[in-house]
Amino acid sequence: MKRLIAWAAAAALICAMPLCISGYYVNLLTEVAIYAVLAMTIDLLAGYAGRTPLGHGALFGIGAYFAGYTVAVRQGGVLEAVLLGIGAAMAVSLLFALLAIRTSGVSFLLLTLAQGMIVWGVCVRWTSVTGAENGIRGIARPAPVADPIRFYYLAVLVASLAAWALWRFVNSPFGLTLRGIRESETRMRTLGYNVPLHLTIGFVVSGTFAGLAGTLYAFFNTFVSPTNVALATSVKGLLMAIIGGVGTLFGSFVGAAVVILLENFVSVFTDRWPTVLGMIFVATMLFAREGILGKARLLWARSPRLTHKGDQE
Amino acid sequence: MTASALTFQLLNGATFAALLFVVASGFTLVFGLMRIVNLAHGALYLLGGYLGFTAILATGNFPAALIAAFGATAVLGFLTDYFLLRFVKGNTLSQVLLTLGLALALGDLGLVIWGGDPLTVPVPDLLRGPLRLGALAYPRYRLFVLLVGTLLFVALWLLLNRTRLGALIRAGVDDGEMVDALGIDITRVFRWTFMLGASLAGLGGTLGGAFLTLYPGADGEILVFSLAVVIIGGLGSLTGAAVGSLLVGYLATFGQVLFPELAYFVIFGPMAVLLAFRPMGLFGRAQ
Amino acid sequence: MNRRHFLQVTGAALAGTAFGSRVRVSRAAEGPIKIGLMAPLTGVAAAGGREMVDGWTLWWKQAGNAVAGRAIEVTVEDDAGTPDTALQKARRLVEQRGVHMLVGNLLANTGLAVAEYVRGTGTPYFMPIVAADDLTQRHRIPNVLRVAGFSASQMTRPLADYALKKGYRKVVTIAQDYAFGHEQSGGFVQTFTEGGGKVAGQLWNPLNTSDFSPFLGEIQNLNPDVVVAIQTGADSARLLLQWYNFALKEKIPLLTSQNTVDQSVIRTMKDEPLGLASSAHFAEGRTDAANQQFVEAYAAAYNKLPAIFAAELYTCGMWVTEGLKKAQGKVEDRAVFLKAMREVEITASPLGKTRLDSYGNPILDIHIRQVTKRSDGKLWNTVLETYPNVSQFWKYNPEEYLKQPPYSRQFQGIKS
Repeated sequence: MKRLIAWAAAAALICAMPLCISGYYVNLLTEVAIYAVLAMTIDLLAGYAGRTPLGHGALFGIGAYFAGYTVAVRQGGVLEAVLLGIGAAMAVSLLFALLAIRTSGVSFLLLTLAQGMIVWGVCVRWTSVTGAENGIRGIARPAPVADPIRFYYLAVLVASLAAWALWRFVNSPFGLTLRGIRESETRMRTLGYNVPLHLTIGFVVSGTFAGLAGTLYAFFNTFVSPTNVALATSVKGLLMAIIGGVGTLFGSFVGAAVVILLENFVSVFTDRWPTVLGMIFVATMLFAREGILGKARLLWARSPRLTHKGDQE
Repeated sequence: MTASALTFQLLNGATFAALLFVVASGFTLVFGLMRIVNLAHGALYLLGGYLGFTAILATGNFPAALIAAFGATAVLGFLTDYFLLRFVKGNTLSQVLLTLGLALALGDLGLVIWGGDPLTVPVPDLLRGPLRLGALAYPRYRLFVLLVGTLLFVALWLLLNRTRLGALIRAGVDDGEMVDALGIDITRVFRWTFMLGASLAGLGGTLGGAFLTLYPGADGEILVFSLAVVIIGGLGSLTGAAVGSLLVGYLATFGQVLFPELAYFVIFGPMAVLLAFRPMGLFGRAQ
Repeated sequence: MNRRHFLQVTGAALAGTAFGSRVRVSRAAEGPIKIGLMAPLTGVAAAGGREMVDGWTLWWKQAGNAVAGRAIEVTVEDDAGTPDTALQKARRLVEQRGVHMLVGNLLANTGLAVAEYVRGTGTPYFMPIVAADDLTQRHRIPNVLRVAGFSASQMTRPLADYALKKGYRKVVTIAQDYAFGHEQSGGFVQTFTEGGGKVAGQLWNPLNTSDFSPFLGEIQNLNPDVVVAIQTGADSARLLLQWYNFALKEKIPLLTSQNTVDQSVIRTMKDEPLGLASSAHFAEGRTDAANQQFVEAYAAAYNKLPAIFAAELYTCGMWVTEGLKKAQGKVEDRAVFLKAMREVEITASPLGKTRLDSYGNPILDIHIRQVTKRSDGKLWNTVLETYPNVSQFWKYNPEEYLKQPPYSRQFQGIKS
C-alpha cells in the first residue's frame, strides 16, 4: 500500500513538473527521460547479463539517424520514421551481437567500442546520406507534440513504458537466466542453457530499446549529428547507469538526472566541465561503485526493521 | 606507383609505425601484465609531449626534454597507480572507467595549461629538414623516430628477456597468482610496469609532438591507434606490439590514400573481426 | 578569464544625456542589451574559441560598455565544438537568459544547428566566422546575418585569379574533406578553370590528419605547377611542417587558404611558412591605421598578434555597436534592429571597409598576403595586392550563380 502511494506521488510530481518550471527546464527533463532509457539498456547488459558495452551510443544514434533521415530528407511519415529507427537499431544490434557474444569482460568492452567507432566513421564520412559532420537538420516534430510540455509528457510516457517492459523482461524466466549467466556461464552451460542464444537475444533487446531512445531523441532535438553516435554518448550512458546503480534498472533515471542536471549547473560557472565529469567518474569508481540506488538498497537492507525482533542493538 | 613513390609510402608507414610502437609498447605491457585497459594512456602521451615542449623551450636541449618527459610521466604513472588504481584492483570495469575519467580530467588540464593552439616540439637543427637519398628526399626527423622505435624494441626485448625484472613481468603475465605465491611482491612489479608504460607514452608524446603536433584531441586519437595496435598485435606481447604497429601504420598510410572514404573502417574493421574470433590478438596467449 | 557573465553597467545617466531624444517604447527597452556569445572553449577548436572571446572583449573594452543609453551585458557560452552542445547553449541563452541576439559559433556544423534553431525563434543571429555558403545563398534565413565574416568560396576566388596571373596552369588542391573544405576548394577551382587552368588532381584529407606523408607522395606523382592547401587548425600546422620537412617547399609552389597560414598557426613556427601566399580579408601586417591600432592593442592586451577570428569578432562588435546606434537601441524591435544591421557601413576596421550585400553576406576587400618575418623575429602576414569589393558572387550574376548546385566533393564547378 505504502509503495503504491509512493509511486502515485512520484507520478503526480512528474506530471505537475512542467507547470512549475520554465520551458528550458522542461526540455532538460525531457532529455533526462530519453537518456534514462539509453542508460537502462546499458544496465540491462552490464548489470543483468554481466557484460559491459561501450557501443550503445551507436545504436542510439542509428535510431536517431534513421528516424531523422526518413522525416527530414525523404519527407516520410512519423510512424514510418519510428519503425525504421527501431528496426535499424534492432538489425544492427543483431549484427553486433553475433560478433560480440563470443567475448566477455574487457574484450567485449573493446569490441563494442570498435563497433561503435565503425558506425561513427560511417556517419562522419557518408556525406550524401548522413550529411557528414553537418548532420541532419529540420526534423519536424509531429504537430500534437510540437510544444515542449507536450513532448515532455510523450517522453515520460515512452520512458515509463520502456522501464516497465524492461523490468518485466529482467524479472522473467529469460531475465533470470541472464542473471545466471552473469553469475557463472559454465554453470549455466552445464545446466543445458543455450548461453550464446540468450546473450544474443539480450543484446538485441537492449539494442532495440536504445534505438527507441534514439528515435525519440531525433524528434526532441530536431537535429542529429555524429556526436550522437560517438563514443562520448556511449560513455555518458554508461556513467548514468553506474551512478544510478548497475543492476537496479531504475537507477538509470537517477543517474541520467544527476549527469544532465549537473552538467547544466556546472557549465554556468566554469568551462571546466570535462574535468568535473572526469572527477565524477573517478570518485564514483573509488567510492560508490554500486551507484546511488545501489547504495540506497544496501542501506535499506541493513535497516533495523528488516532484522529479526530479537536482534536489538 | 613508381619505385621512388613506393619507397616513399613504405617509409611513411614504417616511421608512423615506429611512433605507434613507442606509445603502444607501454600500453601492451600494462594491458598484458595487469589486465588494465589504461584509457588515460593517450592523455599521458599528450601531457608528456607538452612537458617535453616546455622543457625544450626552457633548456634548449632536446635529449634533456626527452628524458624530462619520460621521467615526468613516470611520476604521473606512479601517482595514478598509488592514489587511484590501487583501490580498484581486480575490478576490470572500474579500472577502465576510472582511467577514462582521469583521461578527461588530464586532457582538460592540458588545455588549461598549454592552451588550444597546436604546438610543435622544436627539434635540433641536426634533425631538421630532409635527408637526400638519390632522387628521394625524406625528413631526417622521421628517420630518427624510426631509429628510436627500433632501438626501443631492442631495449625492451632485452629488458623482458635478459633481466630479472623482465622475468618477473613475463611470469606475472603468464600467472600472476603463482608469482605472488612464490613470495615476490607482485604489487611492486605492477607499479614499476605501470610507470614504465606511462613513461613510454610520455616519450612518445615528445617524439610525436615534433611532426604530428600537440593539440586537444591528440590524446583521443593516439589512444584509439594504441588500442588497435595492441588488440591486433596481442595482449602483453612485445613482438605483437611491433607487428601490430606495422600493420596499423601501413593500414593508416595506404588506407588514407587508397580508400579515404573508409578511413576508420580500415583500422577498426580488422580490429573488430580479430576481437571476435581471436580475442587474444595475433601474438597474444589465451588466458 | 573564467567569469561567465560580463555585467557591464555604466553610468546610464551620463550616456543617456549624450544621445538627445530617446523614444520611450516600453519598460523593457530600458534594461540592458543582452548578447549571447557562443564559442568553442573546449574541444579541438578551443584555440579559435579563445581568440573569438579575446577579440570581442577587446572591442567592448575600447568602445565602452553601453550603446544608445543602455548597458551591454554579454554571456559567453562554450559550444564545445559540437552541434548538440551548441544547440543546448543557444536554447539556454534564448530561453533562460533571454538574450536579444546571438553571436558566434566557429565550426560550420555548430552554426548550422544554431541557425536552424533561430529560424524558429526569430532571434537575430550574427555569424562572424561560420562560413557555410548556403546560409547566405540558397538557404538564407531572414534573421541570420553573416556579420564581419565571409562565405567559404568567396575567399579563394581572388587567389585563383592571382594564381592565373602568376602563370600557373596546372593545380592540385589538398583540402580538408568536409563542407568548408569543399566550398573553399570549389571557389578556387571554378575560377581557376574558367580562366584557362586545369585541375591535375584534388586530394581530400580527413579532419585531423596526423600524417600527410601519403598525400605528399601523391602530389609529387601528379606533378602540378602549383598546389593549393586548404586547411584549418592543427592540420594546417602539420601540413606546413611536413611540406617543409619533405623538401617540397623548394620544389613546388604552394598557395594556401586564409586559415592555413593564419597567425594562430604560424606564431609558433620558424621558417616553414615563410613566403607563403594566401588570400584573406585580414592581414596582421597590413599598414592601414585602423588595422594597426587594433593589432597593437590586441598585442598589448594578450601578448600575441591577433588571428583572423579575433579580427572578425572585434569587427563584429563594432558592427553591432553601429547597428544598435542606427536602431537607437531598440533591440526588442527585431525588424528595426535587423534592418539597421543590414544598412551598417563599416568604413575603418581590421577588415577594412565592408557592408552586407542583399543576401546577408559582407562585401570585402580581399588581400593577397604573404608570410614575412618582422624585425622582432615574429612571423606575420603582409599584403602583396588587394582585390576590392569582392562579394560572395565574385563576378557572377547572383541569380545565375544560384542555379548551379552548392559545392561538394562531387561538384567543384570545374569548367572543362
